[in-house]
Amino acid sequence: MSEKKPKRREFLFTATYAIGVVGAGVVAWPLIDQMNPDASVKALASTEVDLSSVKPGNTITIMWRGKPVFIRRRTPDEIAEARAVNVKELIDPESDEERVKNPEWLVMIGVCTHLGCVPLNDKGDYNGWFCPCHGSHYDISGRIRKGPAPTNMEIPKYEFVNANTIKIG
Amino acid sequence: MSDHEYTPKSKAGKWFNDRLPLLTLANHLTDYPTPKNLNYWWTFGGILTFCLITQIITGLTLAMHYIAHADMAFDSVEHIMRDVNYGWLIRYIHANGASMFFLAVYIHIFRSLFYGSYKAPREIIWIIGIVIYLLMMAAAFMGYVLPWGQMSFWGATVITNLFSAIPLVGEGIVTWLWGGYSVDNPTLTRFFTLHYLIPFLILGLVVLHIWALHVPGNNNPIGIDVKKPSKDTVPFHPYIVIKDGFALLMFMIVFAFFVFYTPNILGHADNYIEANPLVTPAHIVPEWYLLPFYAILRSVPDKLLGVIAMLSAIFILAALPWLDTSKIRSAVFRPLYKQFYWILVADVLVLGYMGAMPAEGLYLLIARVATAYYFLHFLVILPVLGFKEKTLPIPLSITEPVLGGTPNLAAAKNKESFKA
Ligand code: HEM
Ligand code: FES
Repeated sequence: MSEKKPKRREFLFTATYAIGVVGAGVVAWPLIDQMNPDASVKALASTEVDLSSVKPGNTITIMWRGKPVFIRRRTPDEIAEARAVNVKELIDPESDEERVKNPEWLVMIGVCTHLGCVPLNDKGDYNGWFCPCHGSHYDISGRIRKGPAPTNMEIPKYEFVNANTIKIG
Repeated sequence: MSDHEYTPKSKAGKWFNDRLPLLTLANHLTDYPTPKNLNYWWTFGGILTFCLITQIITGLTLAMHYIAHADMAFDSVEHIMRDVNYGWLIRYIHANGASMFFLAVYIHIFRSLFYGSYKAPREIIWIIGIVIYLLMMAAAFMGYVLPWGQMSFWGATVITNLFSAIPLVGEGIVTWLWGGYSVDNPTLTRFFTLHYLIPFLILGLVVLHIWALHVPGNNNPIGIDVKKPSKDTVPFHPYIVIKDGFALLMFMIVFAFFVFYTPNILGHADNYIEANPLVTPAHIVPEWYLLPFYAILRSVPDKLLGVIAMLSAIFILAALPWLDTSKIRSAVFRPLYKQFYWILVADVLVLGYMGAMPAEGLYLLIARVATAYYFLHFLVILPVLGFKEKTLPIPLSITEPVLGGTPNLAAAKNKESFKA
């Protein structure tokens, strides 16, 4: 036998296996991607909320994409407290100004950034929120101050449609 | 494997066996030579098989009435409890059966640790066992989500969020697992699918586990190699079958006690409240069998490192055959290892207790010490012990220690005459 023949075969084998692997990957992708959020879940992307009934110092919780969103109407004292903090000392440094559109209204996703529990209102060592699951303390700007959570509570995309209505998403 | 050739007695049997050697397999299983000194800690393999079959049968019957939908799951479980004939019984067996399954697997694992059953040539048996254990945890976790109570929902949220600790792709993975932006109906339906599938995967692995076991044969309380078949062994049937059967009956008494007298003691009252995505219960704790790992997760103040520590605590077990450098298997002949073994048992129990307590103050401190000790045991103590420890002389055969060390041939003869 000449040297050439087995080489050609090896090439054919390798090429066949390679095509097989690519083919398997192409078939696998739809099977994996079907688990991602479907069109109906994505369609629920925005909600409008009427704020007229919320009194200063109160928080309302609404559902957005299956998650709670906290909307707090902060008192002037609370705003002052949120802004008096030295940003550099924070675990996840972020000024209160960066976290609100209108200082009176704090709008954030009410989900602990540790492992996803819903923190409790007006609790904890920093006059903000406290997560009972593993003990994360958030301040009145929703910033993480103490505990295992790595980051501040997330701010969703939102805008004021008019003075008394916001649209989340 | 039995060494002798087997031929079925009947003609039909022979005809069949030549085409599909099932009878050879059955003969192998009945004649399988087993060390004659196996104690009751060796009966948990059979008990575990019973637990798996029990979960599959009760699970299949529950699945005939259960509805995997976020709006209906909770009600369908109540329907099972109140309306379905014997539904309460089937569900209580299934729910408590998961706990009994873990009780048995923990005893089985700690038996292996004590008698060095994970050492050569049984590493593959051990590793398959660890994979089974991981799948059991996955099955139990997803099963607990199905009744769609408060603990179901928040347990699912917290555990799936562990993946968000992975840098860059973490959030994407969590969204993919959920099929949405939070735990919701798509999560429930896929968990039901996987909960249904995993026990059958476990069943397949159990076959491999036993196959791998039948290559070298059982380890035994004194941990020496046994010649098979020999005076040191007895055939599996009837000796082990009867002993396993007796132990199983005792186990079933405990099982029945839970099912009939305190069916909810191992569960959590909050799970009789329907899932509410807006309110997290004040104390979320996993089922008791996951508590030691939960304690490890919480004792590390950093999110990613906590997850890594928790997973390492499980995966470190797979490396155990290489971490333990001692050639002697059984702790009976390892005076130091024996003490460290019991410290480890205590350590895991302490971790379990701390996992159920709030993660603060003294509890947190103790959990941290216990976590550190857990890793110290596997990563430092075991490797060093193999070199430093002065082990006791091991007997040459199983029969030797039974006869008090000095080979007394007359006594040996008498003993042998008991078994025919
Ligand atoms: C490895 C074996 C299994 C384990 C460890 C296991 C564990 C569990 C657990 C812990 C629950 C929650 C019980 C509760 O608190 O209500 C559960 C529920 C359930 N399981 Fe399983 N299971 C297993 C096998 C199966 C199989 C094979 C099926 C179906 C074919 C099944 C179907 C169900 C159903 C329908 C429920 C919901 C009803 C309920 O919550 O009682 N399970 N399982
Ligand atoms: S989920 Fe909030 S502290 Fe862990």
